[in-house]
Amino acid sequence: MDLHDPASGPTGRSRLGTALLLACGLAGVWAAVRHFSGGASGTAYDWDFSVLWSYRRLLLIGLAYTLVFTVVCVVLGLLVGLATGLGRLSRNPWVSAPIRAYIEVFRCTPVLVQLVWFYYALPVLTGLEISAVVAATLCLSLYGGAFYSEIVRGGIISIDNGQVEAARALGMTRMQLMRRVVLPQAFKRMVPPLMSQSIMQLKNTSLLSVLAVPDLLYQGQVIAHETYRPLELYTFIAVAYFAVLLPVTIWAKRMEFGAGPKEEV
Amino acid sequence: MPQPLIEISNLRKAFGQNVVLKDISLQVERGQVVAIIGPSGSGKSTLLRCINLLSVPQGGRIKVGEQAIEFNGAHTTLPNERALARFRASTGMVFQHFNLFPHMTVLRNVMEGPVTVLKTPKAQAETEARALLAKVGLLDRADYFPDKLSGGQKQRVAIARALAMKPAVMLFDEATSALDPELVGEVLGVIKGLAKDGMTMILVTHEIGFAREVADQVIFMRDGVVAESGPPDVVIDNPRQASTQAFLGRFKSAAA
Repeated sequence: MDLHDPASGPTGRSRLGTALLLACGLAGVWAAVRHFSGGASGTAYDWDFSVLWSYRRLLLIGLAYTLVFTVVCVVLGLLVGLATGLGRLSRNPWVSAPIRAYIEVFRCTPVLVQLVWFYYALPVLTGLEISAVVAATLCLSLYGGAFYSEIVRGGIISIDNGQVEAARALGMTRMQLMRRVVLPQAFKRMVPPLMSQSIMQLKNTSLLSVLAVPDLLYQGQVIAHETYRPLELYTFIAVAYFAVLLPVTIWAKRMEFGAGPKEEV
Repeated sequence: MPQPLIEISNLRKAFGQNVVLKDISLQVERGQVVAIIGPSGSGKSTLLRCINLLSVPQGGRIKVGEQAIEFNGAHTTLPNERALARFRASTGMVFQHFNLFPHMTVLRNVMEGPVTVLKTPKAQAETEARALLAKVGLLDRADYFPDKLSGGQKQRVAIARALAMKPAVMLFDEATSALDPELVGEVLGVIKGLAKDGMTMILVTHEIGFAREVADQVIFMRDGVVAESGPPDVVIDNPRQASTQAFLGRFKSAAA
């Protein structure tokens, strides 16, 4: 794909794509609702979305939990990722090796297993009582941090070594060349994958339901059990995640065009 | 006779088993222009990179101005980071691939060293940077980003950036090798101007004709040793060593 086609600028194209995507999504949902709620086609299931309205308070609380958890875990995860991403580049193996171990452990085990382990096993090991919310925050932040860390490290080592040499030749110290030359260029390249990882982070909060943290999915499950309306609720949950994340992905795309690496050489 | 500005004695450098520099010694007087020529892999660039410690030699001694460092294999105690940075700042390096900072304007590229390393006030650094850009003929490009410049223009900015540190010596590592042939002249012109101003320079170059014209001393390197050195009318025009004759012969037949 030619990202720099002057004929149809990136913003024009992405706007068109977005409109199309939205239209398709809405049409699909509308068709499904029309089709099934009428019950006309002879399906055994009688759709009734009014249950959503009756339980709107619980659902809103769930959505709020999901959003707050996402923001907290993204921020903490980014801090962990930045610190460990820089630390991994240290030439001192006493610094880089433990960080590498942390990253591999969190990247190579399922986050669902980690969540359950943090909630049930960690209190046994440490003797500390850990609430579901604390366990979940800790786990998701560290899990996200492991991935952010690799993005940060990848961004830094993607910078041409010639840049580092030019900075050293000018007499810059390691700190100076990181701050003035490497990081400003690396951050531009990190933005798109960081955004993408943050979107994953939001979706991962749905796993909090296994620890009975009342996020969007958990609330939906509770209501579904109570009302015997799982199809309506899971449809709504899917649409709600989509409605939150679509604008974020569109924004991320914008950032990508704005912050992408300039043509070099 | 005054002390030479640069004194390199018995320099040794190996990458693993591969010995790149074997016992190199050379002296450069203040204001002298030295051209290092030789086949690829002869250690020319490595020698240049050792002079500003981008590569750390295993043995020997390097003295630039008042600062001297002895190398003793794994036992070498390099100066601390600040002293090392100061040592590097006294040598200006121009790279084959320019290595301008793409996220900064041309002006900012030239100001970066003085402002960040020497802590020169910004206004003063800007005045000096503009004077240097005028000197390399690119004052009108001060607010451009490097990706908008031709290769020759980039290399001239890189020269200005190195000069901004007011180095005791300028090191050119094949500064014209990555340029289109029609852009080589403008960069060589700038280097010639510096030579006329009395700047001490060491050039690693494949431009034999240019070396003959501008250098006071030519060093022919082969397999990590100085095979022959002396004034250009001896080394280039009447080489004594068979290897030098062979190398220059290839050049002449290629040029013809």
